[in-house]
Amino acid sequence: MTDVMADPIYKTDALIAEDIDAYLETHQHKTMLRFITCGSVDDGKSTLIGRLLYDSKMIFEDQLAALEADSKKVGTQGQDIDFALLVDGLAAEREQGITIDVAYRFFNTEKRKFIVADTPGHEQYTRNMVTGASTADLAVILIDARKGVLVQTRRHSYLAHLIGIKNIVLAINKMDLVDYDQSVYDAILKDYTAFATSIGITAFTPIPISGFKGDNITGPSANTPWYKGPALIEHLENVEVNAATDADKPFRMAVQWVNRPNLDFRGFSGQIATGTVKLGDAIRILPSGKTSTVSRIVTLDGDLDVAVAGQSVTICLADEVDCSRGDVIAAADNPPQAADQFESTIVWMADEEMLPGRPYWLKIGTQTVTATVQQPKYQVNVNTMEHLAARTLDLNAIGVANLSTDKAISFEPYAQNRTLGGFILIDKITNATVAAGMLHFSLRRAQNVHWQPTDVSRESHAAMKNQKPAVLWFTGLSGAGKSTIANLVEKKLARMNRHTFLLDGDNVRHGLNKDLGFTDADRVENIRRVGEVAKLMTDAGLVVITAFISPFRSERDMVRQMMQPGEFVEVHIDTPLADAEARDVKGLYKKARSGELKNFTGIDSPYEPPHDPEIRIDTMAMTAEEAAELIVARLIP
Amino acid sequence: MSCLYQASIGRSEKDLAMAARNLTHLERLESEAIHIMREVVSEAEKPVMLYSVGKDSAVMLHLARKAFYPSPPPFPLLHVDTTWKFQEMYKLRDQMARESGMELLVYQNPEAKERGINPFDHGALHTDMWKTEGLKQALNLYGFDAAFGGARRDEEKSRAKERIFSFRTASHGWDPKNQRPELWNLYNAKKNKGESIRVFPISNWTELDIWQYIHLNDVPIVPLYFADQRPTVERDGMLLMVDDDRFPLREGEEPVMRSIRFRTLGCYPLTGAVESTAKTLPEVIQETLLTTTSERQGRAIDKDAGGAGMEKKKQEGYF
Repeated sequence: MTDVMADPIYKTDALIAEDIDAYLETHQHKTMLRFITCGSVDDGKSTLIGRLLYDSKMIFEDQLAALEADSKKVGTQGQDIDFALLVDGLAAEREQGITIDVAYRFFNTEKRKFIVADTPGHEQYTRNMVTGASTADLAVILIDARKGVLVQTRRHSYLAHLIGIKNIVLAINKMDLVDYDQSVYDAILKDYTAFATSIGITAFTPIPISGFKGDNITGPSANTPWYKGPALIEHLENVEVNAATDADKPFRMAVQWVNRPNLDFRGFSGQIATGTVKLGDAIRILPSGKTSTVSRIVTLDGDLDVAVAGQSVTICLADEVDCSRGDVIAAADNPPQAADQFESTIVWMADEEMLPGRPYWLKIGTQTVTATVQQPKYQVNVNTMEHLAARTLDLNAIGVANLSTDKAISFEPYAQNRTLGGFILIDKITNATVAAGMLHFSLRRAQNVHWQPTDVSRESHAAMKNQKPAVLWFTGLSGAGKSTIANLVEKKLARMNRHTFLLDGDNVRHGLNKDLGFTDADRVENIRRVGEVAKLMTDAGLVVITAFISPFRSERDMVRQMMQPGEFVEVHIDTPLADAEARDVKGLYKKARSGELKNFTGIDSPYEPPHDPEIRIDTMAMTAEEAAELIVARLIP
Repeated sequence: MSCLYQASIGRSEKDLAMAARNLTHLERLESEAIHIMREVVSEAEKPVMLYSVGKDSAVMLHLARKAFYPSPPPFPLLHVDTTWKFQEMYKLRDQMARESGMELLVYQNPEAKERGINPFDHGALHTDMWKTEGLKQALNLYGFDAAFGGARRDEEKSRAKERIFSFRTASHGWDPKNQRPELWNLYNAKKNKGESIRVFPISNWTELDIWQYIHLNDVPIVPLYFADQRPTVERDGMLLMVDDDRFPLREGEEPVMRSIRFRTLGCYPLTGAVESTAKTLPEVIQETLLTTTSERQGRAIDKDAGGAGMEKKKQEGYF
């Protein structure tokens, strides 16, 4: 291919003009490659992308005129066209001269359509690069030939590898500025190979280029006769995309939506994550494990006999089986696992640090569950790949941590399946996407501890006691009167022959939770354990009364989610802080005010009152006795 | 779009996997858009599809019909009308609503109507009142929490950075610095009180993809996209079509019949035509590909505010 200077991109024009139908036919059969470009500010990344757009004629005359004018006004290339200006989008960035977010660009060649995620190189923008990489088939890592392998190069390579990108291109840029010297190229290649091997990158494609001058971009450059490999575009046109390898894997489709226009039709809509599905295929629905066979694959263009990874379809089954959003339809003989405890890598993306033990929404495929993350096993220094001890993760930190979900989810290790292994975490209060993560494997204890079905059901436990189980969850400031009122409520219920149990904050901390302190993380764990105990007690048919400050809304909601619908009754013992402090039965407020007691709710630790409790007790308006009456009346009308 | 499957009957699993290697870019884009639409319907409370009757809207409507077939798309169409669209646009709009079995909501800003706001006398105010304000009013009136739009990232610089799920404050403002990261095909559709979402399922399509898709799927589009003899006047460097008798002719102006077509459709007094003889889709595509001026150039809206026109408009609530 040494002397083939024919530009693969420019051939199209003649075809368009002469035979548009033939051109459309070609275009119709193009495949698509998504890739990211990574480099630091001065590596010439925007220039390279601008060049790709320019060479593939994705720049129109009016845009070009604007570009030429801008180049002279704010460009950094003298009188030459500054391609970077094409790419730097938002007004703020144009002023700062840097790219600050993920931007997507498009261009075509004869063979493929390309979507480029342009991601910034600054360390503080790790989250942007991970975002751009998550949908990419390939990563182009740019190196300035004058500078060689830098800290940023290592960081970008690590992130690309972390997110599972198998095709890595090492574009050694600005070769024109080192006189196209092969020894410079070789030295960088040697350095990079050593580094790449050390982090587990087994293969990559090095290409010497000049984004500015155009060497080895669309075709081989006469300036680098010593380079025998493909030009950048040539490589991008021929590399295998993820969708292709996904098709070889076992069939999995996450159900997005149940399609039920009338009583005669029931289909399950989703995008096939991996594998193929044919009419008559035996499938298994997870988590129920029920099996059936595929009776129809429905689309607007007519029924299909087969559908493949990447397609959005609607599948009908031969049997009336339960299946809804969040379920996974999979090959019957090779289904994914289900588990509720995992080891994962987490990339933290929010300003507010991760709170181990705090419940977050976890979205994976079409499943949304509640998840809690444990204290990280370690954090990775993205510049040196060192493992560091960490209590938590803050913005742009990457760590490995165990996490557990409130119910089992169907999953596969991320390395095998991006759709069933990649997840996001969502803050339950702000609704922000706070993290992205990858599941590695389920923890043995979750995998091997199966739920033991008992012969005496929770219904029979309740029936024997002739009552409906419930949790009366008291929440309020210290000294609000929770324990006093809870005691009265239990006495009244006992007199009515109800089987009850009172879990009191102080008492539990003497035993079950004596290892916990009063940090935010410990408070979260305290409530989680009490919630689990209360849940077991409702299974035994009891009416459980709990008296805990339980200051955080999200933890109270977590406990609510653990219970059967209607069984959780939140009772807000609402006393103004001033009043609780004035009473100060245990003398704790005084200690807190003097600084003797840290993390005291209401003083130096927040209390989040319930928005919409089932029962609110205004202690300024009634006595403890009246409050207990009211609560009992609400429970047993 | 179904050629892959028809050809695949009777093939082995391995061959099928091979066929998947050839999933075309249009098939992948279509599938992505359908996935996005289904996510919105599953997670939003009250979605709506904005329908402007242009070619991108036509593709959006077609994708929606595919996504939910055999059910009709489970949301209404909303046309934020300025009363200044081309007659043929109104005709196709009503026809498509009938055919899709979807409810069509037409909203006209009552204040703009009362004040007689029009593109001839009011310039930028016309777009602000009818479109930007009209859209906000309509979304508030019906309480829609998610609105599908047909914007594409290749159209304009600020679009290139916008997320597929783009959140708006209660006052419909966009904050480009505070967008949620979007990873894989996982979309976080949880909103805070008062927030709404604009969703752009065809973000990753280019103008050529749109044309190609219309061609392959026989998607009905407004005939104005094809060349025909139409009454025109040349004004301020733009070729305008005299679509009805509200068009105030200036001194010495006389409508001239020219063979023209439109690359983009908006309010007829603001939309420049191009002289053309392209009467079929392949001819239109051919012309589009060979032309060297970008699509939005026919519209005046992008040129305000020193090159950041659209970004500024979007922060203020323009779609």
